[in-house]
Amino acid sequence: MSFQKSKFHHPRLPVNDLGLNYRDYEGALSTLCAGCGHDSITSAIVQACFELSLPPHQVAKMSGIGCSSKAPNYFLNKAHGFNTVHGRMPSVTTGANLANRELTYLAMSGDGDSASIGLGQFAHVVRRQLNMLYMVANNGVYGLTKGQLAATADRGMKNKVGEQSLFTDIDLCVMALQLGATFVARSFSGDKKQLVPLIKAAISHQGFAFIDIISPCVTFNNHPDSTRSYDYVHQHITTAAVTDFVPVKQEITSDCAAGICEDICLHDGSLMRIHKLQPDYETKNAMKAIVDIETHKKKGEILTGLFYLDANGEHYHEINNTTDTPLNKLTQDDLCPGSRVLSGINDSFR
Amino acid sequence: MKTTDTSSYQHFLKVVDCQHACPAHTPVPEYIRLIAEKRYTAAYMINWESNVFPGVLGRVCDRPCEPACRRSRVEEKPVAICRLKRVAADNKEDIHPYLPKVPTEKNGKRIALIGAGPASLTVARDLLPLGYDIVLFERDPKAGGMMRSQIPAFRLPETVLDEELNYILNMGVESHFGEDISSLSNLLKSGFDAVFVGTGAPNGRWLTIPGHDQVNCDGSTSVDTGINWLSNVTFGHNDSAPKRVVVLGGGNTAMDCCRTAKRLGATEVTVLVRSSFAAMKASPWEKEDAQAEGISIKANYTPIEYVLEAGKFVGVNFEQVTSVYDESGKRTLSNTGATLFVACDLVLVAVGQDTAFPWIERDIGLRFNKWQQPALNKATLQSSLEQVFFGGDAAYGPKNIITAVANGHQAAISIDIFCQGKNAETDRPESAFNLISQKMGIHDWSYDSNIDHQARNLVPHISWEEAVKTLNTEVELGFDEKLALEEAQRCLNCDVHTVFNESTCIECSACEDVCPTDCISFVDAGNEENSEAVNDQHILSQLKVTELNPEQELFVSAPLKTGHLMIKDEDVCLHCGLCAERCPTGAWDMKKLLLDNIAATIK
Repeated sequence: MSFQKSKFHHPRLPVNDLGLNYRDYEGALSTLCAGCGHDSITSAIVQACFELSLPPHQVAKMSGIGCSSKAPNYFLNKAHGFNTVHGRMPSVTTGANLANRELTYLAMSGDGDSASIGLGQFAHVVRRQLNMLYMVANNGVYGLTKGQLAATADRGMKNKVGEQSLFTDIDLCVMALQLGATFVARSFSGDKKQLVPLIKAAISHQGFAFIDIISPCVTFNNHPDSTRSYDYVHQHITTAAVTDFVPVKQEITSDCAAGICEDICLHDGSLMRIHKLQPDYETKNAMKAIVDIETHKKKGEILTGLFYLDANGEHYHEINNTTDTPLNKLTQDDLCPGSRVLSGINDSFR
Repeated sequence: MKTTDTSSYQHFLKVVDCQHACPAHTPVPEYIRLIAEKRYTAAYMINWESNVFPGVLGRVCDRPCEPACRRSRVEEKPVAICRLKRVAADNKEDIHPYLPKVPTEKNGKRIALIGAGPASLTVARDLLPLGYDIVLFERDPKAGGMMRSQIPAFRLPETVLDEELNYILNMGVESHFGEDISSLSNLLKSGFDAVFVGTGAPNGRWLTIPGHDQVNCDGSTSVDTGINWLSNVTFGHNDSAPKRVVVLGGGNTAMDCCRTAKRLGATEVTVLVRSSFAAMKASPWEKEDAQAEGISIKANYTPIEYVLEAGKFVGVNFEQVTSVYDESGKRTLSNTGATLFVACDLVLVAVGQDTAFPWIERDIGLRFNKWQQPALNKATLQSSLEQVFFGGDAAYGPKNIITAVANGHQAAISIDIFCQGKNAETDRPESAFNLISQKMGIHDWSYDSNIDHQARNLVPHISWEEAVKTLNTEVELGFDEKLALEEAQRCLNCDVHTVFNESTCIECSACEDVCPTDCISFVDAGNEENSEAVNDQHILSQLKVTELNPEQELFVSAPLKTGHLMIKDEDVCLHCGLCAERCPTGAWDMKKLLLDNIAATIK
């Protein structure tokens, strides 16, 4: 068994603005099952962070419990991280974000962690509009406990032992749209051409960004009756628009043809360029996005891509009017300015 | 893009860079693994089978394998393959029980070998076990050819050479030493079924610059060719050198000349070469060793005149030049105008050597080309006189020992087929091959798949002060066991191939993600309506990292279920097996290449 990946790399690996190559953004060698979709997500995150030239020490990796939540160990081993209690990642992330709003929060969760035990936490963190990227590796089963059906499994789908999913599935993208997330997308672990730009845009986005990533469980949910197997997803995946991410420093050379192309400026000046494949595709209509998702689902298709983006939406710190200085940088004097300031305040009410 | 043909061994052999670069296709990783297991005799026999003179080549091989080693592309320096070969030779036990048995009942065919160098002796080694009678003619008193006459004993001890020559000579060669063949026509009349010419490139080139005709060119004073002078040292005709020696030329012969001159008493030895230091033909390690022994190498000097004063030779005049390369890489020398006079007592000219065939009559049907080289069939080494075959330096001019050995194998196959009354080219055998899975368990391989990150080990040598004091003491000591085992660990096992099976691939991209060197890419194949060139460009643009070495072809799979292709850049693959460990369906497997007839793979 190999426990280590050789540090030798291709002599032509490109380096980013920090002088790092993508291998510098890797973590430990994965101990997930061979062929797990989560490892592809890991690889996409590594690629996205490398391309964005994120300083690894400015990132906090947050996760709960489950196969998905093991994944942060496999990327950005020089970043901060917190592997929380099952389903409680949103609360811990909220606390961390309050204490230090300057870090980039990358959260990995799964269908059990977010749609079952943590559904309440998930709903509230969306409501709070916390500035973070919340990713769910969605495979429709509980792989870590040997393949029981998850709440995201399509109704009627059978698991590996033949047990049928009797209840309505929870669509986390639909929930996020209802609860006011400002960036909502769905992708597939096996489609890095789509996933990497989405992750880059979501990281650049100021506000709550949610990406639901279909990530086949190769051990417990890759059988012919599954709607989350590699073959099924390859055959049923569709998208309404192709998304490119254009970083701030990159000059835009091609024109954006009206009607089929749309540029959305993100908070940091970078652009999301959207090439519409379906003429009625919109990025600013959450209600339509919900309808589109459900319509495709009825047809047996899995709709992926960017569903909704409000680049100017408010996030938690703005809504709460918190101080610009991260709390962990406030000194004793800032927090307890003394009786002279207090009497000044009191005087202002007289 | 064309799906890679995996129905023959060609693609797989090409992936094993070292083995492919070795003219004799020695299975390098296989013997390095045996060394790592301390099975030195087995490692030696694998070598002996392929390159016939492992002890010799473990010291003085030109090592085409080492620049090819992929370690030099993913790290800095290649595996010390040559030194490891010597380790096998140094530590082996008695190999006589493993030598092929020569039948006492012969097949009735008599083969004449002219010249007892590496090419001829390889032919003898290959044909004797098949029942041929081998008659060897050599003008020198001993066998070995240039391995004996031109390579000094401080690089190749006589005992090592004799041992490996005797393995062959003792197989029942009828040897005629000291017998010069002066007429091929006469030889052909003596009833040989085939003749192999392995007479090397015995004529050292002279420099016909002004003064050449005046200085004494008989080898006793002033100016001599390098190979002639070295040969006289080897056979004891010459045991001293004057104080000041100039060597002209920048190849390995020049390096051997200057180091030998130093050992024979010269105190001021200077090598002057026309090319730049970097472009010198000598192997880099030979240049380093010569410099370490206190020899001055002056690059960018071309000799213009032998200077005589009152009829007596006093030195050589040089002009300083610079090398200018045109767009095609062709070199021209441009004069700087500066000149240099080097006073000396002896000049050794080592600027090249030529074949010599005055003993082959031009009217017996053996065709020569315009460079007076025999016209040969490249695949069979057969001349236009069907029973005459050539090999080694005699075939295509001066190359090296390992090429001579490879030629010997090639010619032996040709002679064997020819003697059966068949066509040496069209009836040629092809090697069978097999790929053997190395899988032992879910994540367990029968080879050491972990990648060792250690840098190359340096070979120990005697002190440079000691080295120049004696003529016959070997300078390099070779790796001891500890160094050898460390160095063997650096081999990447390139002969354990990543073999891909399209039908079981589920396109999960696990292999693509885990590969440490980004070899694997799953790509969109393009559109059938587009031209092949457009689609190829489309495919190449999707590779994770652009190809480093176009010489090593990409592996292209057949279309997968989604229509995508799996493209693998074989060039920097570490053969670490992670792709196969990460594959959930066993679509990747690590399989060792086995060739059934390595000699037949030499093309």
